[in-house]
Amino acid sequence: MKLYFRYLSMLLKSQMQYKASFLMTALGQFLTSFTTFLSMYFMFSRFKSVNGFTFSEVLICFSIVLMAFSLTECFVRGFDVFPRLIRTGDLDRILVRPRSVVFQVLTSNMEFTRIGRLLQAILMLCWAIPACGVVWTADKILTLILMVTGGISVFSSLFVLYAGISFFTLEGLEFMNIFTDGGREFGKYPVSVYGEGVLKFLTYIIPIALFQYYPFLYLIGRSENILFMFLPLLGIIFFLPCYAFFRYGLRKYQSSGS
Amino acid sequence: MIQLKNISKTFRIAKRDAGLKSAAKSLFHREYTRIEALKDVSFTINKGEMVGYIGPNGAGKSSTIKIMSGVLTPDSGECVINGRIPWKNRTEHVREIGVVFGQRSQLWWDVPVIDSFDLLRDIYKVEQAQYKKMLSDLTELLDIGEIIRIPARQLSLGQRMRCEIAASLLHNPSILFLDEPTIGLDAVSKIAVRNFIRSINREYKTTVLLTTHDMQDIEALTERIILIGKGRILLDGPLAELKNHRSSHKTLTVDYLGPRLCVPENLRLLRDEDGHAQILVDTDVVTVSQAISIISAHAEIKDISVAGETIDETVVALYKEFAI
Repeated sequence: MKLYFRYLSMLLKSQMQYKASFLMTALGQFLTSFTTFLSMYFMFSRFKSVNGFTFSEVLICFSIVLMAFSLTECFVRGFDVFPRLIRTGDLDRILVRPRSVVFQVLTSNMEFTRIGRLLQAILMLCWAIPACGVVWTADKILTLILMVTGGISVFSSLFVLYAGISFFTLEGLEFMNIFTDGGREFGKYPVSVYGEGVLKFLTYIIPIALFQYYPFLYLIGRSENILFMFLPLLGIIFFLPCYAFFRYGLRKYQSSGS
Repeated sequence: MIQLKNISKTFRIAKRDAGLKSAAKSLFHREYTRIEALKDVSFTINKGEMVGYIGPNGAGKSSTIKIMSGVLTPDSGECVINGRIPWKNRTEHVREIGVVFGQRSQLWWDVPVIDSFDLLRDIYKVEQAQYKKMLSDLTELLDIGEIIRIPARQLSLGQRMRCEIAASLLHNPSILFLDEPTIGLDAVSKIAVRNFIRSINREYKTTVLLTTHDMQDIEALTERIILIGKGRILLDGPLAELKNHRSSHKTLTVDYLGPRLCVPENLRLLRDEDGHAQILVDTDVVTVSQAISIISAHAEIKDISVAGETIDETVVALYKEFAI
C-alpha cells in the first residue's frame, strides 16, 4: 500500500510537470459533463419528469454514475489504456518486475484530470440531495455509498475485460466503449427508461442496473425492498469473470507475444 | 547459472495484404503464418560468465532473452535459471535478474532520474543501507552523479542509457541481460558503458548476457560468444572460434595518385576508377602488409583503409555453411 502511494505521488508529480495542460484538461472534463447537465436541465424544465422520475431524482442517479465513472477512469486508467502498454512493450517491463501484474498496471497510469468530472458529480449531488425530498437516514446514506462502490467495481471490471480482449486483437476494440463511456452516458437516467429489454440486459449481462437502478429505487423510496440496497455488492461479482478472462489473455500473451 | 535445453518457440503472425479491402476482409477471416522463432536452443551459462549473444535481426535473440526473463513461455524445452523456471516463478525469478531493453526506457519520463531510482528501491524492496551503497557505487562508476537530478526526458541518449543500466542494477541482480545496450550511442558513451559492464562483472560476479550488433562490444567484453541464426544456435564457444569461421578476406580501399593500378594474380581488383580502388586480399595467400607494399610499389597511396568482414556477413556466410 505504501508503494501504491509512492507511485501515486510519482504520477502526480509527472502530470504536474505540465500544469497548464493539466488545468485545461480538467476544465474541459468539467465542461463536457456540464453540458450534459445543461441539456438535462432544459429538457426537464419542459417535461417536468421522465418516466415518473423528477429532475432532482435523475440528478442523483447521474451524479452517482458520473462519480463512479470518473473515479474509475482516474485510478483504473492503466486498464483503460492497456493496448498502449502492449504496443509500447511496457507490459514486458511490468513482467520483469517482482510485483503483481494487476498492481503494476493500476500504477502505470492514473488520470488525475478526471477531477473535473468528479467535481461536477459532487456539485450535482450537493444540489440534488436536499432537493429530492429523501429523508437521509443511515440506510439511505449507506445505499448511496454502496451505489458508488458498486459502480466503481462494475466500470473497473469492464476496463479489465477490455484489457483482456486487447491481448487477442487491437482492432475493433471500440465497441467496448458502448459499455464504458456509453454506460456513463445512458446511465444518467435510471436505466428502466430504456425499456424492459435494456433493463434485463443491464441486469444480467453487464450489471450496470445492479448499482444504478435497483438501489436507486430504494434510495428514492420507490421500493421498500431492502435487498435492493445490497444489490451493488452483487455487481462486484462481475469482476471475477472479467479478471479470469484477463488472466487467460495474459497467459496467452506470455506464450505468443513478440 | 542459466540452463536452456531444447527450447522451441513458434509465433503465429496474422498477415494480410495492403489496402482497405483486405483490411475489411481480415476482420472476419485471418490468415496466419507460423514463424519458428527458436528451434532447439540449448546452452549453459555459469555464474560470473560474460557472454555475447549475437546474430542478425530476427534471429531470435530477443525472444530468448524474453524467455529467460519470464516474459514469454516457450512451446517446449526446459529453462532453469538459479534453480527456477522463469515463467513459473516469475516474481521470485525477476528479483534476481536485471534487464535492459536498449530501445525502451524503464525510467519515468517526466521526473528526475533519482525519483525513478527511489521507486525501484521500493519495488524491489531493497534495504536502505544496501541501496545507498549500490547507488553510490553506480553513480560513481557510471559518472551519473550530476545528471540524476534531471528529468529523464531531458537527458541525451548516452546519459539516459547509463541511467537505464544503473536502474536495472539497483537491486544487485545476479544475472544481467543487456539487449543492445550500446545501440545509437557515440564512441565515448560506448566505451563508458563497456568499461562499466566489465567492472560490475568483475566486482559483483554478475553474470552478463549481452546482445549486440557491435563487434567491438563483443571483442571488448566477452570471451565466449553464442551465435544464433534463424532460431538456431550456430556456434557456442570462445570468440576465437568465430574468427576461425570468418573468412580470411579483407578489403583494402585505396586512394592513390598515379596511373591505373595493375595488381598481380594473388590480389583481386574489385573496382578502380579515378584514383579510387578496392582490392580484395585473401590473407591466407598474401598478408595485408605485403598487399600494401605491392600497391605502394605501383602508385603513391594517399589514403588506405582495411575492412574485415562484419559480424553479420559472417553469419550470412555461416548460413551457407550450415545450409539453412
